[in-house]
Amino acid sequence: MQASDGIARSSGHEPDERGHFGRYGGRFVPEALVAALEELTTEYEKARHDPEFLTELDRLHRDYSGRPSPLTEVSRLAEHAGGARILLKREDLNHTGSHKINNVLGQALLTKRMGKSRVIAETGAGQHGVATATACALLGLDCVVYMGEVDTRRQALNVARMRLLGAEVVPVKLGSRTLKDAINEALRDWVTNVEHTHYLLGTVAGPHPFPMMVRDFHRIIGLEAREQVLERTGRLPDAVAACVGGGSNAIGIFHAFLDDESVRLVGFEPGGDGIETGRHGATLSEGSPGALHGAMSYLLQDADGQTSESYSISAGLDYPGVGPEHALLKDLGRARYEPVTDAAAMEAFALLSRTEGIIPAIESAHAVAGALRLGRELGPDGIVLVNLSGRGDKDVDTAARWFGMLDREDTQ
Amino acid sequence: MTVADVFGRCAAAGRGALIGYFPAGYPTVDGSVELMNAMVEGGCDLLEVGIPYSDPVMDGPTIQAAAETALRGGTRVRDVLSVVERVSAAGGSAVVMTYYNPMLRYGVDAFARDLAAAGGLGVITPDLIPDEADEWLAASTAHGLDRIFLVSPSSSDERIAATVAASSGFVYATSIMGVTGARESVASAAPRLVARTRPHTSLPVCVGLGVRSGEQAAEVAGFADGVIVGSAFVAEAERTGRDGVRVLAAELAAGVGRGSPRRSTPTDVMAP
Ligand SMILES: Cc1ncc(COP(=O)(O)O)c(C=O)c1O
Repeated sequence: MQASDGIARSSGHEPDERGHFGRYGGRFVPEALVAALEELTTEYEKARHDPEFLTELDRLHRDYSGRPSPLTEVSRLAEHAGGARILLKREDLNHTGSHKINNVLGQALLTKRMGKSRVIAETGAGQHGVATATACALLGLDCVVYMGEVDTRRQALNVARMRLLGAEVVPVKLGSRTLKDAINEALRDWVTNVEHTHYLLGTVAGPHPFPMMVRDFHRIIGLEAREQVLERTGRLPDAVAACVGGGSNAIGIFHAFLDDESVRLVGFEPGGDGIETGRHGATLSEGSPGALHGAMSYLLQDADGQTSESYSISAGLDYPGVGPEHALLKDLGRARYEPVTDAAAMEAFALLSRTEGIIPAIESAHAVAGALRLGRELGPDGIVLVNLSGRGDKDVDTAARWFGMLDREDTQ
Repeated sequence: MTVADVFGRCAAAGRGALIGYFPAGYPTVDGSVELMNAMVEGGCDLLEVGIPYSDPVMDGPTIQAAAETALRGGTRVRDVLSVVERVSAAGGSAVVMTYYNPMLRYGVDAFARDLAAAGGLGVITPDLIPDEADEWLAASTAHGLDRIFLVSPSSSDERIAATVAASSGFVYATSIMGVTGARESVASAAPRLVARTRPHTSLPVCVGLGVRSGEQAAEVAGFADGVIVGSAFVAEAERTGRDGVRVLAAELAAGVGRGSPRRSTPTDVMAP
């Protein structure tokens, strides 16, 4: 399996011509962006059938990013999951530390093909920003990353990484000062500079073709993992777990299993302080259909259609929207979505660190917590595949604070 | 009164229309009604009553900040409808400017019904393109509201044709690539866009984004049927309040009258 397989071969689960997944998706954007979206759609369609593009993408995945990513069985962790077997798809081992690079390499190559010289991106946890800054350094593109001011503080390490890579990081001081507002600013920049700028969107949200295209760039996760699990265990997993912010790592691993009816697909959303407190980012569990950031999907909103502020300890999941294909999978009942609180995610974070020597991103820790839950449901015969979407280096400070591990002077 | 009547009246007077945007609820619901009435007194032919929205991606800092103030003050969609009702009762003509989600959440048909009942004449939809607007096309037809879509310098001729075919009332031409906000100069893209739009429609074509002075208004009125001003009114309201807003409207209205293609000599018209 190669990254190009996820792109060149249709999955059989495609949106309609105008990017609708059932009633979701589409293009709810200013007219000013339509030309750029049409150009991107056309260019992607050409690229996915162009052997030169596909070869170059596969080469970068192999020689630069380090694919295929391994599958790791974590048996000491599994003791805490009712004895079910737990297998981690190690996207944390990709260059730059998360699954985000899969999409970034694809879109950065497309940017070159379109003859654009400037790339903008939004970032929450900073992983997408770091991946974008990295690809821009590699390919010689100008890079501006919008990041909510709250997130620049809680993910300061990644801000420094982006700057070291030559990107300009713009802290966004509007609204909730998190990912949602970073996307707003990126969209405003794009409306203004669309002629020479590509908006390298970091998840499967936004207007068509982003949800389809970003998904395709991540399909390699599930394509590889499905083969690896079959080879390792001789059968399909009973359940696949992933965290859901915008939904890119989840859709990337889910997609290969959509037609395997026996495989439960479960997305874990940020439950924050607990659903009952109202402080969470569980868009699919608690939201309702609406249009935000260019697509129809579920979102957290009030009675007037104003977007509600989300909350999560995890910057990468702290988003009141979600990709439209997940909205459809939820309505169809093909995937289910459940909240995981900050506390449960941090417990899983500590457990995986101590039992397996793997420090996950706090985003991914939500999926690990979910897998522990699924394992207990399934019992000792169960097999759970988890997308470990990223590593936790960026979260060491947050975790040390959470667990009270800093010396007095350090916390001051 | 319909939007067509507004433009008809301006044409009969031999001038273009001055269209003024203002966010409902800024600085308060009552305050916004007073400011909009002042805009009409100063010479605005048509009001664009903005629904403040949490994620206004087409708006620059001035209108974003005003929307945030309005929302923090608790402005609801039903308050916006009451604003429309009050400014209409005071003699103004009003359309609503809204991002799609507040209208969707209210219920597209219910929104159209209640807006029409409040005396509103139509809706400008900055993030709804005709391709996605089936529900709104049906509701606007059912309740007799005009639907004002946007064309942009980046729009292809095919898209301009399709967009104006779905439009009624007037066509909103965005003069530049960018978000709202007063600018020093109105870009040269605007006359070209208006010229590209004309062959596809007999509707009035109005230009917005960036106009803030009588001089700019005159320049735009030289090639467009209406001049749309937003951020400059919001900034003026913040600076000087009601009187300043009335004076600005009068200055812009004078500019619109000066620059009208029907009255100006060719030398007054800025070459594209
Ligand atoms: C490691 C990691 N996992 C998951 C996410 C959430 O994004 P998505 O839901 O698109 O996978 C992020 C976003 O920043 C991330 O950094």
